[in-house]
Amino acid sequence: MFKLANQLTKALVVAGLSATFVTTAFAQSKYSGIGREATKAEVAAWDIDVRPDFKGLPKGSGNTLRGQEVWESRCASCHGTFGESNEVFTPIVGGTTKEDVKTGRVASLTSEKQPQRTTLMKVATVSTLWDYIYRAMPWNAPRTLSVDDTYAVLGYILSMAEIVPEEFTLSDKNIADVQKLMPNRNGMTQSHGLWNEGGKPDVKATACMTDCSKHVTIGSFLPDYARNAHDNLALQNRPYGPYRGVDTTKPPLARLPGKMTTVAMGADSITPAGLFKKHNCSTCHAPASRAIGPAISEVAAKYKGQADAMKKLHQKVKVGGAGVWGSIPMPPHAHVPEGDIDVLVKWMLTGQ
Amino acid sequence: MNNVTLAKNIFSTLKNTFRAILGVLVTVEKKSRVFGRLRRAPENFVSEQFASDVYEHGMDETRRGFLRKSFVTALGAATAGGAVSSALAADGEKVILEKQQWQTTLGQPVAARPYGAPSQWEAALQRRESPGLTRVSAASVAFAPLQGFFGIITPNGLHFERHHQGWYDIDPAQHRLMVNGLVKQEKVFTMDDLMRLPSVSRIHFIECGANTGLEWGNVAVPSVQYTHGMLSCCEFTGVPLSTLLDMCGADLKKGKYILAEGGDGSGMTRTIPLDAALKDTLVCWAMNGEMLRPENGYPLRLVVPGVQGVSWVKWLRRIEVGDMPYASKDEAVHYIDLLPSGLHRQYTTIQECKSVITTPSGGQQLLDKGFYNISGMAWSGRGKIKHVDISVDGGNNWRRARLETPVLSKAITRFNMDWTWDGSPAILMSRATDETGYVQPMVKQLREVRGTRSIYHNNSIQAWKLDANGELSNVQVG
Repeated sequence: MFKLANQLTKALVVAGLSATFVTTAFAQSKYSGIGREATKAEVAAWDIDVRPDFKGLPKGSGNTLRGQEVWESRCASCHGTFGESNEVFTPIVGGTTKEDVKTGRVASLTSEKQPQRTTLMKVATVSTLWDYIYRAMPWNAPRTLSVDDTYAVLGYILSMAEIVPEEFTLSDKNIADVQKLMPNRNGMTQSHGLWNEGGKPDVKATACMTDCSKHVTIGSFLPDYARNAHDNLALQNRPYGPYRGVDTTKPPLARLPGKMTTVAMGADSITPAGLFKKHNCSTCHAPASRAIGPAISEVAAKYKGQADAMKKLHQKVKVGGAGVWGSIPMPPHAHVPEGDIDVLVKWMLTGQ
Repeated sequence: MNNVTLAKNIFSTLKNTFRAILGVLVTVEKKSRVFGRLRRAPENFVSEQFASDVYEHGMDETRRGFLRKSFVTALGAATAGGAVSSALAADGEKVILEKQQWQTTLGQPVAARPYGAPSQWEAALQRRESPGLTRVSAASVAFAPLQGFFGIITPNGLHFERHHQGWYDIDPAQHRLMVNGLVKQEKVFTMDDLMRLPSVSRIHFIECGANTGLEWGNVAVPSVQYTHGMLSCCEFTGVPLSTLLDMCGADLKKGKYILAEGGDGSGMTRTIPLDAALKDTLVCWAMNGEMLRPENGYPLRLVVPGVQGVSWVKWLRRIEVGDMPYASKDEAVHYIDLLPSGLHRQYTTIQECKSVITTPSGGQQLLDKGFYNISGMAWSGRGKIKHVDISVDGGNNWRRARLETPVLSKAITRFNMDWTWDGSPAILMSRATDETGYVQPMVKQLREVRGTRSIYHNNSIQAWKLDANGELSNVQVG
């Protein structure tokens, strides 16, 4: 964040230091008429990044009590009540200890037993979390949290991981102290050859050409149960040419098939199931099991036989609703075209 | 030609194709030497009602899809039934001996499809998700069907997709690029501005850092689409980032890094070292001769040759010049490589030399013994491909493949090798070497340094096992 850069530049130019800049007046005039100076307000509106040294961090504060309110209304539906949920995204909280807070290295990262790496096991810089929450959260309504609510909810997340106390006020004044408590703050290395083009590779293979490995062993292969897990590969290859796709709905052929012909498959057309995916309904709803929201089958059962079910549900999809299926509200979906809502509601109710 | 006639024509075309297969089916069924005799009309694959529906209302995508599905099912039965005889009749093939629909009727006029589309017969090759990889399709990956590609250029409609918070089709008249930070003058550019500048066009590969990441521990997916499909290669057109930095008077002494920021909801932010930013990074609006596709960042994206795809920020709205790395979410929580020591490597971005055989590859089926062209792609984030070696015996012996032109820096290079398959089991592998002398490693060598939970930057040698039945599958050797 460099809001003062212009003044700084002017000061330097006045001081006769313009030679430190590579750009010459010629280069700027070469493309005359192209681009314009950004206004201060424009730079302020867009330059929202927060660096590890907290440059760019807006002034403000928020306590964990408010953080909990924000969390439960805006975040918990995807991330779970305790930030532990693995339903929609990888978990945020978990896998860190008091000892990690002391050492700045998360011990469970060396263990194969830890099932999943949570955000707080990995992240070394608290600035990253502030920047990302303010920039991109909540996921379906990014940039709608205030500065103070961002402090509040970040403090609450850190309190759930017992990095800060249960009652805590995070602010621009104390965030640098909180950085010193981040459980994986010493867990990053930039000492490797993959940062720059001229970096040194960490493995050095040789191009042996003959008798390189007399006993070839197969260390890993796809288990039988996964044969059709990516759908039928016969339908993912051309039906002519040198090769066909394997029909993975069936066991391997007993012998070479010889020449044969087949025909192409049609593209998936826009089906209700396609719309369900397109409009991200599947984030919260599954066909027959309770996810964040009710299962389609549950909704269909509840509204079965109700004459105005189409109308009621159309309205719920469009403007949202709460209280019918538990505490997590259904957000509004004003951006989904009316026609698509009709198709989706009909499909939910009738399966067609 | 009215709709009904058109529908009839299409149906008739399909019918002819059906006949060829039906001949095969009947042959198998009767085990007779009377080849190509029609015993059942193609309508028998589908209900009478469906057939008359097609005659009446034409062949829309739903009907076409249904018809093909019925058909492939019939075919599956034939294949499973064992040996399939040739459909060649005594005096020759019907497709030659009989006049075909497309020879005896008028074809479609120009501009019938003002923006062209692939043939209806190419529908199998599509971008696809890997089931279960992510829970939310707006933060997911659609893999490119490398098993069907030729040469080095990825068709725009099949370029892989990776979005972090969904994609938008942004109005170019409302899109802006801001350059700020350690510059003399912070500037705003419109698309009008940018497209007036002197542009360059360059062919480069883009590969997600997590490409092949599913395979660090063991084989996890069946085909090259899912093992390597987060890879594409296009001709990109735009203005060198150095031109824009120059226009704004970037401080090249204090400035050490740039931050690139996207204009979508995720506001994707990535740090790029200033050296790379000045060397060959482009601010692009076009791919393969047309404007970027919305899924690929329309109307503006960053192109950072040799560097993982996440840094090629889409819907690019801002470039900031700074003096330290930014540790954004996708450089501090994701896109970090876990080492066995528990440390994470941060800012791993270069895509090292890699190759893969795309045909024949996992999930494909050879029909017979004899001659085949082994073909694949090789690429390096550190320059040009020097050579590619191919083994068909699991890595014991290797032969040098032909490199097809052009061989370009930080672009895909196509390789080919003649091969006559004698019908015995084989393991096919390719190994690329780039102009720095770096040789693509075995996965074992990478694991020795990086363990099995690294996720990113798996550039190891891919092996495909070919069984005597002609089926290829994904295996790891050693």
